[in-house]
Amino acid sequence: MNASLNFIGLEISVIGLGLVLMLADFFVPAERRRFIGYAGIAALGVLLIMSFSGNGTCSNFGFGFNNAFVNDGLSLFFKRFFIVAAILVLFIAAEFSDKLAAGSIAEYYSLIIFALAGMLFAASSNDFVMLFVAIELITVTFYVLVSFQRSKVASLEAGVKYLILGALSSSFMVFGIALIWGTTGTLNFTELAAVAPQFETSRIFLLGVLLVLVGLGFKIAAFPFQIWAPDVYQGAPTPTTAFLAIGSKAAGFVLLLRVLFTAVPSVTLHWEKLLIVISAITILYGNLCALPQRNLKRLFGYSSISHAGYLLLGVAALNANGQAAILYYLAGYLFTVLAGFLVIALVLRHLETDDVSGLAGLSQRSPLLAATMTISMVSLAGIPPLAGFFGKFLLLKSVIEAAQKSHHYGYIYLVFIALAGVVISLYYYFNVVRAIYWSKEARDLSPIALSAPAKLTAWVCIAGIFWLGLFPNTVLNLANQAATVFVAVTK
Amino acid sequence: MSILTYIAGWPLLAALVLIVVPRNFRVIIRAIAVLATLISAVLAVKMFCNYGSALPDADGYRFVQQIPWVESLGISYHVGVDGLNVGLILMGAIVAFAAALCSFEIQTREKEFYILLLVMTGGILGAFASLDLFFFYFLHELALVPTFIMIGVWGRGEKKNYATFQITLYLSIGALIALIGLIALYIQCGANTFDIPKIIEHAKTNPLAVNAQNFIFPLLLFGFGILVSLWPFHSWAPLGYGVAPSPTSMLHAGVLKKFGLYGLIRIALPLMPQAAQSWAHVIAWLCVGNILYVGWVAMRQKDLNLLIGNSSVAHMGFIFLGIASLNLIGITGAVLIMVAHGFLAALTFALSGYIYKQTGTLEISALGGLCRKLPFIGTALVMAAMAGCGLPGFANFVGEATVFFGAWKAFPTITVIALWGALVIGGIYMTRAIRNVLHGPLPEKWNSLSDASHLWRKLPYALLLASLFVFGVWPRLLTEKINPDAVKIVAQISPAPSADKLVAQSENSGVRN
Repeated sequence: MNASLNFIGLEISVIGLGLVLMLADFFVPAERRRFIGYAGIAALGVLLIMSFSGNGTCSNFGFGFNNAFVNDGLSLFFKRFFIVAAILVLFIAAEFSDKLAAGSIAEYYSLIIFALAGMLFAASSNDFVMLFVAIELITVTFYVLVSFQRSKVASLEAGVKYLILGALSSSFMVFGIALIWGTTGTLNFTELAAVAPQFETSRIFLLGVLLVLVGLGFKIAAFPFQIWAPDVYQGAPTPTTAFLAIGSKAAGFVLLLRVLFTAVPSVTLHWEKLLIVISAITILYGNLCALPQRNLKRLFGYSSISHAGYLLLGVAALNANGQAAILYYLAGYLFTVLAGFLVIALVLRHLETDDVSGLAGLSQRSPLLAATMTISMVSLAGIPPLAGFFGKFLLLKSVIEAAQKSHHYGYIYLVFIALAGVVISLYYYFNVVRAIYWSKEARDLSPIALSAPAKLTAWVCIAGIFWLGLFPNTVLNLANQAATVFVAVTK
Repeated sequence: MSILTYIAGWPLLAALVLIVVPRNFRVIIRAIAVLATLISAVLAVKMFCNYGSALPDADGYRFVQQIPWVESLGISYHVGVDGLNVGLILMGAIVAFAAALCSFEIQTREKEFYILLLVMTGGILGAFASLDLFFFYFLHELALVPTFIMIGVWGRGEKKNYATFQITLYLSIGALIALIGLIALYIQCGANTFDIPKIIEHAKTNPLAVNAQNFIFPLLLFGFGILVSLWPFHSWAPLGYGVAPSPTSMLHAGVLKKFGLYGLIRIALPLMPQAAQSWAHVIAWLCVGNILYVGWVAMRQKDLNLLIGNSSVAHMGFIFLGIASLNLIGITGAVLIMVAHGFLAALTFALSGYIYKQTGTLEISALGGLCRKLPFIGTALVMAAMAGCGLPGFANFVGEATVFFGAWKAFPTITVIALWGALVIGGIYMTRAIRNVLHGPLPEKWNSLSDASHLWRKLPYALLLASLFVFGVWPRLLTEKINPDAVKIVAQISPAPSADKLVAQSENSGVRN
């Protein structure tokens, strides 16, 4: 047991950090509490640097806790990813603090850190129990984070919706885990991979796996479990929405990849049709529903559904390039989405609406924010030389590869559906850009004052988007390495 | 560093510099943009003149530079020229310089406009120089996206929003279909590299299976076809060009649009010869749509810019006909027209932009007699129109004549129809436009118009006209460069090349001029 503790030093430090931030609440006067966030950012920054210098426990590869916990290339990739996401979200939260109930910001920070801890555990899960605990840690903190603006009805409504649907999907997942345990007698991914081929014909076992996928589909907002996303994205405080869009989705994807490609690879192999259909419908649903949206956060909600669909392309492709493409795409999505939410948080916090027209005249009010939002939209639309383009390129490439290998016509249809989705999405993303640069409805043209950290965040996001679009080598190599942990599925 | 890197790099570097120049330094912003494109143009001329003396590498490319970019995928920054793209790069750089000079018509948000113009220039010159499939596509997209923004922000007329979304969606569909085709090609080829010379080399020993060719070729044909406004996918073009500010139309219609044609010749023909042969009839019949149908539409236009836009679509038909003929003369002619039409389209859009700037309208019925007030612009427009109908002495004649010689062997019926389209229909709408716009009585309200007064204003038009003349009178400058590489491509398409006749042919057309 003590040896196992060597693997979870990072998680322990993060939970400790959350507790410290919560305690700091008692000692810091209310008007200064937003600065607590910067302490949290500094601490996470140190942990991030340690993960790169090789001193951190997350670079200590191996299994712990009776193989329930694993540190490998994949977990390392995602742990860095989650820490970067949390740092940027804390910056957004610090800017957003005046919209939250007076003095409650420290609590908000610590909840973000606890959610981060859940994501770190999710990245290392090698056991259905660990998976479930990690998911619950994320989901339960998000129940609070979503309904944090207690005085706002929309926020409470979003919280209730998320609670009910989240609890429902968790119960499906527990049921699924129970069925898997009942049939195979093991919950460990490694052991399961060895015995799963024997149970391929057992309907109860397959139902169990399917129900686990239902729970994960809820996390990533894939069709048909996407129904909560637009409402919750719209109602939740903007920093929460940002963390939900990137952290929670990525946690869902790392677990999905682990379950499909390390726990039950032999089953996944037969589910290519299911994955193709889900991916296709998710892309079309997200993009078509986003078309008429005027509410910016709701637009992001639908667009996040469509991006779940694009990411599922890489799952459906069932090859190593597809898995690496997912990781790369998520890395690009991180900077892109957070850039978008940063602008939403800064520009719309003083407005009553979240309408796209709130961005009118932004090019004159703040050229930096206008540029940030434009770059984010263009990258989401997948246009070079930005991160979104290279990610989509890798995903499409993996699917075409699968089409060529398997001669399955479904893959060819899938490519064209993804293409249709991209074209549809151009319309609504460019609508946002149009509102920023050449909308005539601008009423308020007063300049927006930006704090130094806000400017820094914007520049970091822009740099990240360009870096991943222009110099993909580093991250692509990391992603390729991380994807080597998956068992190669071949027919 | 290859000279090609500088040709494409200076405009991009200048775009970066412009980001930090304050927006009220208008003269400086304009000077930087003009200077960067001038350097590119001068370097391109130098490259064109030194082409003969530069040593080709093992694959026959000159001025080569290669830097690995993403090793795991086999993507590298690889530039080089051979006969197919040397003329296009020269044409692109000169047109870009002319477009930067013509940008004085832009009066609002100049800084953003010049940044986009420079990105577009760098992107398209880089795309033509690129010998890597990925960069080929990537740089083209980099050039394409500024077009949409320029039309959206600086476009003219009430249909601006509609036209912006139409061109954005239409061209994005085309580009994405082509992207899928290129990725499929990369995977199908199995060489695990995006390097075009390596893929072609690999395909010589491991040719693509015919059914794979028949899947990929239409993707490239229609993907690129949409980008080039192949009939019936052309409807974005006239409206888009009619609405766009004239520097954008010049660069897009003149240079960017040639990307798809160049892609077909450079990639699709040598790699998918069987599919090219079975699709040649389809291409030939579709280009009749361009030449005849769109020419007919052009005859009915009431707006000068829409007329020019339609005529530019019609001209694409000749290039497709040259490609469809799949023989040495046809392909040489196609490349010649690509260069010639680039200068011509840029010239006509620049002139119509000048007229629009002066009069505020391009309605043909509202204009008339302009030659009296605008002698220089009017004369240039007459010459451009004559070049457009294929008058000998201009580069277009050489290209069109060569294409018809090539196409006659493959598709005699279609060649007859196309000749009719070129000589009669083109002649009708061009001369009619000249008569209505430049001759006849001058309406009272146009008495205050002023001609391009000093050298600086006349320079872009003069430069483009001079280029049309030079290549019209001395086509050997191009044909002797194109010939060896076109021979290679034809050799890959058909086992028995008919390489012998081109030299005589090009000399004939040279003599006739």
